[in-house]
Amino acid sequence: MSDHEENRETDAHSGTETTGHEWDGIKELDTPLPRWWLYTFYACIAIGIVYMVMMPAIPALPGLAGETDHSRGISNNSERVNVALAMADLEASRAPGFERLRGASIDAIEDDPDLLGFVRAAGEAAFGNNCSTCHGSGAQGFIGYPNLNDDVWLWGGSYEDIRTTIRFGIRGEHPDTRFSQMPSFGRDALLTRSQIGDVTDYVLSLSGQDAPADAIARGAEIFTSQCVSCHMADGRGDRTQGAPDLTDQDWLYGGSRDQILATIYRGPYGVMPAWEDRLGDTTIDALAAYVYLLGGGEAAASRPTGQ
Amino acid sequence: MSDTQKRSMAAPGVSRSRVKAVNAAEERELYKKREPIYPKLAHGKFRFVKWVVMAVTLAVYYLVPFLRWDRGADAPDQAVLADFAGRRFYFFFIEIWPQEVYYITGLLILAALGLFLVTALFGRVWCGYACPQTVWTDLFIMVERAFEGDRNARIKLDRAPWSFNKAWRKVGKHAVWLLIAAATGGAWILYFHDAYDTLANFFTGQADISAYLFFGVLTFTTYVLAGTMREQVCTYMCPWPRIQAAMTDREALNVTYRLDRGEPRGPHKKGDPWEGRGDCIDCRQCVAVCPMGIDIRDGAQLECIQCALCIDACDDVMRKVDRPTGLIAYETDDNIDRFQAGEKPRYRFVRMRTLVYAVALVAVAAVMLTGLLTRAELELNAARDRNPNYVRLSDGSIRNGYTIKVVNKGNAPRDLELVVDGDPAIDIRVLGAPEEAPMRLSVEADRTRDFIVYLTLPHDAVDVPREDITFRVLDPQTGESAETRSVLVTGLSE
Repeated sequence: MSDHEENRETDAHSGTETTGHEWDGIKELDTPLPRWWLYTFYACIAIGIVYMVMMPAIPALPGLAGETDHSRGISNNSERVNVALAMADLEASRAPGFERLRGASIDAIEDDPDLLGFVRAAGEAAFGNNCSTCHGSGAQGFIGYPNLNDDVWLWGGSYEDIRTTIRFGIRGEHPDTRFSQMPSFGRDALLTRSQIGDVTDYVLSLSGQDAPADAIARGAEIFTSQCVSCHMADGRGDRTQGAPDLTDQDWLYGGSRDQILATIYRGPYGVMPAWEDRLGDTTIDALAAYVYLLGGGEAAASRPTGQ
Repeated sequence: MSDTQKRSMAAPGVSRSRVKAVNAAEERELYKKREPIYPKLAHGKFRFVKWVVMAVTLAVYYLVPFLRWDRGADAPDQAVLADFAGRRFYFFFIEIWPQEVYYITGLLILAALGLFLVTALFGRVWCGYACPQTVWTDLFIMVERAFEGDRNARIKLDRAPWSFNKAWRKVGKHAVWLLIAAATGGAWILYFHDAYDTLANFFTGQADISAYLFFGVLTFTTYVLAGTMREQVCTYMCPWPRIQAAMTDREALNVTYRLDRGEPRGPHKKGDPWEGRGDCIDCRQCVAVCPMGIDIRDGAQLECIQCALCIDACDDVMRKVDRPTGLIAYETDDNIDRFQAGEKPRYRFVRMRTLVYAVALVAVAAVMLTGLLTRAELELNAARDRNPNYVRLSDGSIRNGYTIKVVNKGNAPRDLELVVDGDPAIDIRVLGAPEEAPMRLSVEADRTRDFIVYLTLPHDAVDVPREDITFRVLDPQTGESAETRSVLVTGLSE
């Protein structure tokens, strides 16, 4: 600025001085700011000081300001506390929804659009946090981890069955856990490799797939002696034992001949933890209803177990 | 010898004077003090127009929240309401949902184009007559005049030492200003919740905290902007004075001093001839009435809000000295040139600029009107589940899940029929709805409702990778329908 001080001149039209700068004949007016504008700057400074006194603003060495590394201010404001309070508020605002969910039948949930919306939202959140690791974010499942969207249920697909499964788990450590075990026919040498091959062909035939007739006939005999106690004579399984239906199109461990053979050879042992102690009853209700409402839920006793 | 003493000596034996040049660079004012302005009351047709516009705009602002408009039992009956909690905007027969905010955009475009057109035709009439800053400042000056008298009395009062007379006039003025400011802030909040309820809640302390907050902010800004800032707002805060130069041209009507008639100006004694001199007798009444405190005779300027009060003041004077009125008038720059060249004035309101503005204005208005008139009150959207993309059921049939969103913008609840057009083998199931054909969906008045729909394609009908389908909802009562297209993915490879 001082370089151009001597070039300052008073503009004839506006009566204002120029700054002394000049670019290709264009000069800059040095129009003074209104004084009240200056006062707004002072007001900002004053507000800044008030803010620093009221709010956490000044960094402090660790230990000097309690658990934080900055001053707490007169207002003793803490965003962590605020978040905790907001979370508590949020929980409180959800409480009425969970209250209505408690003890409600699945039909009552389906018939109440508000409760249905609440359950789907609450269930989806809980599912994403707890279940999606194994079952997938869309509950679509993977090999060995059931798809929860379909109508296949190893241990029953009623609201009550699903809730029991979530609470106690499967082959877990809870005393009430659902339990069953398929033998490792190959690994434990209960059957020879060729016998396992024959049973595999028979199982393929149960769901209408092609296999050599002689192998099927041999496999049927082995099936009758080894498998019917759980999978039943017609191969449709038994839900009290978590034994899957072998006649349908769904295969938890894969439906190709090799996959079925491998399953019989080693005997699967899928584990699901019990959630009773980790999640509250209401969360389990919401989860069970959510899973039920994914499209495959069954009305209670619509298909009796152990048929 | 101390430092100060040392410094006051220029050289041994030569003392240094503490005087400075008055125009020294360091003495220059960095900040400009506000010069108080004492606008004198004008009388005449423009002052009258301004009184009328003030009365009408204030009446609109204060009374509109109390107007009612029947929308049935499920919607508020306030004619103009910005219901943020309910996410609706009501304007008489118009109801706007958040996703229809483009109507507001259209309204803003209309307002902008209207402003451009009017400015191109008649200069800054918005600034001079209708701008809230102008209206409320005018109102505040009216109050000031009632307490402290007209221009000369106010100047005298401000210069006078404090006395009881001065004190009660000042206190009274500020009290009434605050009252008006509070009423302004108070009326604002009536636009956002039911006016009668808000009013009752406000005085019993039960209104929302935001109501008190906005009341406080608007009371403060009204008091400060209209009472103490006034012309500073127009000169320093408002962008419009900067933009207006691009909106007007040499053929736009502007409040203009007729140089050709006025100059050379000078005092006139009774009986002196008018030949060889201008009509302007330099009485400065135009400056005295100006709320911006400027001299219109200096030509068009940023500060001028074109309120035309100087025209009223000058016409008064011209009549007194028996000269024709209109020494200050709404004139165009081109006409001033023509007057100076001895030609006749010409007015051209239809110009390329005004034509473009007018056509754009009509076009936008037509688009908005068409949009409003053909606005569907029933809408349907479908979002297909993509995770999982499809579900194979135990019998090999394929199921897809959809979330369909039915938007009922009507003011009555609807019982809708849902139909899916596509492969007739598709089985429809709606979560929470009884199995029947056609499926029935209930949607409350003025609400959006989500439905979970499962479509199942039987095993033997699975033959292509994707089936095209169309969801259709029909209101049997009104005959309205809405549809949306989607697909059913079967999992077969392409």
